[in-house]
Amino acid sequence: MRFALLADVHANLEAFEACLAHARARGAARIVLLGDLVGYGADPEAVLTRVMALRAEGAIVLKGNHDAAIDGPAGYFNEAAREALQWTRSRLDAAARAFLASLPLVVREGDLIFVHASARDPERWTYLDGTGAAQRCFDAEPGANYLFAGHTHGHRLYAHLHEGRANAFVPVPGTAIPVGRHRRWLAVVGAVGQPRDGDARAAYALFDEPAETITFHRVAYDHAGAAGKVRAAGLPRSLAQLLEGRA
Amino acid sequence: MRDVHGIEPGARIDGFEIGERVHAGAMGTLYRVTGPDTGFPMVMKVPRLGEGEDASGLLGFEAEVTILPVLEGPQSPRFVASGAISKLPYLVMEWIEGTSLAERAAHAPIAPEAVAHVGAAIAEALHALHRQEVVHHDVKPDNVILRREGGAALIDYGLARHARFPDLLAEERRFFSGSAPYIAPEPVLGTRNDARSDLFSLGVVLYQLATGHLPFGAPRALAGLRDRLWRDPVPPATLAPIPPWLQEVILRCLETDAALRYQSAGHLAFDLRNPGQVELTARAARSGSTGFWGQAARWWRGHGLRLEHATARDPEPAPVVLVAVDTENEGDDRHPALQRAVRRILASAPEIRLVFVSVVPAVLDAGESAQLEHRMRLRSWVSPFALPPHRHSLHVLEAADAAAALLAFARANLVDLIVLGAPGPSQLRLAWWRSVASTVTSQAPCSVHVVRRPAAGHDWV
Repeated sequence: MRFALLADVHANLEAFEACLAHARARGAARIVLLGDLVGYGADPEAVLTRVMALRAEGAIVLKGNHDAAIDGPAGYFNEAAREALQWTRSRLDAAARAFLASLPLVVREGDLIFVHASARDPERWTYLDGTGAAQRCFDAEPGANYLFAGHTHGHRLYAHLHEGRANAFVPVPGTAIPVGRHRRWLAVVGAVGQPRDGDARAAYALFDEPAETITFHRVAYDHAGAAGKVRAAGLPRSLAQLLEGRA
Repeated sequence: MRDVHGIEPGARIDGFEIGERVHAGAMGTLYRVTGPDTGFPMVMKVPRLGEGEDASGLLGFEAEVTILPVLEGPQSPRFVASGAISKLPYLVMEWIEGTSLAERAAHAPIAPEAVAHVGAAIAEALHALHRQEVVHHDVKPDNVILRREGGAALIDYGLARHARFPDLLAEERRFFSGSAPYIAPEPVLGTRNDARSDLFSLGVVLYQLATGHLPFGAPRALAGLRDRLWRDPVPPATLAPIPPWLQEVILRCLETDAALRYQSAGHLAFDLRNPGQVELTARAARSGSTGFWGQAARWWRGHGLRLEHATARDPEPAPVVLVAVDTENEGDDRHPALQRAVRRILASAPEIRLVFVSVVPAVLDAGESAQLEHRMRLRSWVSPFALPPHRHSLHVLEAADAAAALLAFARANLVDLIVLGAPGPSQLRLAWWRSVASTVTSQAPCSVHVVRRPAAGHDWV
């Protein structure tokens, strides 16, 4: 079975659809949405409608910190995120809010585990931003062979070494990387809806379970259109610029 | 007799029948195997595992199992099969028929021409590997097989790094004792993404073959490995009768600073195949100890590496560009167009190496004067570019078939791009050059850039 791992969609419908189509064309049978469905982007309703339909078809959907903040505290958000949060709250109806509130923080399937931030205290939204954080994430779920997360908006592949050490690797898009089951792996899959590395293309990953490979992808989409909608909605300009690859 | 793995001749593993044990080392054991017909002899590698075994041994096995299946070409053994690492770890690959370079090294010093011949074959193998984004990191006589049919193959990818796969050995600081004499400064300092490290190791091998000595001894501890960061090797010509060009090549490989070495294995192979083209510097004439100030300079360079390598990125090997110049027919407008193209290429790629080739018909008894005449024409053709000697070389080939000669030269010298001029539709006198261009284009082992000055007016269709 091939898993499509999509994190940080952030209400960017164009990027979301482009990644779904890209993954389907490559044989993805299972869609996993690793949280932060909303926030920043201009299409929260349309994205959530699509997500609800996908879940009805068997997709795994997780809660991210932006999803949790819709009906919760947002104390540590920066100004642009806070503005986008206020705007998003005004757009979502009760059904959409209830859907977001119902999402799980962690999903386990066999020796696979899916989480938005770190598997260690997922509700604290810790960034997996180095080998130390990755190691704590590995340690929190000793039974998991493959761990998948988002939240940092960057892409990394961590390998679990012996004696409490992790190895970090920046993947080259489009390369099928062998990730054998003899070793434990943690993939931070990059952001669909708001990459921050200066490359405007959307990021996601495909995990081929029987072949034991993971491929990180970058997908070109109508980022100018998505940025235009952000501007038209009156959201902070910096959010539109990020979509245009101006990091 | 059962061995440490409990494997005995005649046993079957996943359809492979175990034969003779051919090697038992620190990393694992090799058995000849038979099985599915692959058309070539096979060997199975089984890693050493279990209590008290070094974890880096397993990481090395894992690196090999990951990298070998994606490699293409005769520079490495062909991958056949592997077992799940956590259940039945084994690797079946091609058994390369030939001679281990270790056997040749045992008889060192060997003649400079033989050193160059073997060295060029290894450099070509490394070039093929580096093009596939792999750094071998364990170039030493034990790991080089001189194929029976010619050419060299590199075996044992237990320390190798593939730029597109996680490098699980990145944090390992232990090295296998047999490799210590050959290891480059960069991996000693913890940087494993520089293909030029393999050229340093090859330099150690060339030094050993040419003199019978190891330039930095055989250190047993990490501290001993740091010697190569500041101690200049004894010039090889003081140990054996070595021509200046070979000393130049060897000492250039052994530079502490990778930027002072050859920038690609292809360039090193080229120099070893064309000793007359080696640009001699002070290295060629070095005869004694470098003295305190020379050592201080090397130490200083080695010191600077620590900072520089913290931010080093995978370098692209410097490309080799062949420019075919027609020195028989000068003065037509193909020449300025071709020179413009060369100038554009130079502007876009500073590390590039240019090889200018003229093919002239073989004329019996014309003597050397014709050769010399074309060489001079070639030199004057190149002079506007003011290229430093190490960036370019000039060649006059005598052959009846210009296309075949260019193609053979490009293949032998690992050329990345061929640039040639084709005559315009109105240049009937040069029409045969059109067929040279089309033959080269269709059969070249690399990219081809055909430069053509668009003909004016009605000629243009």
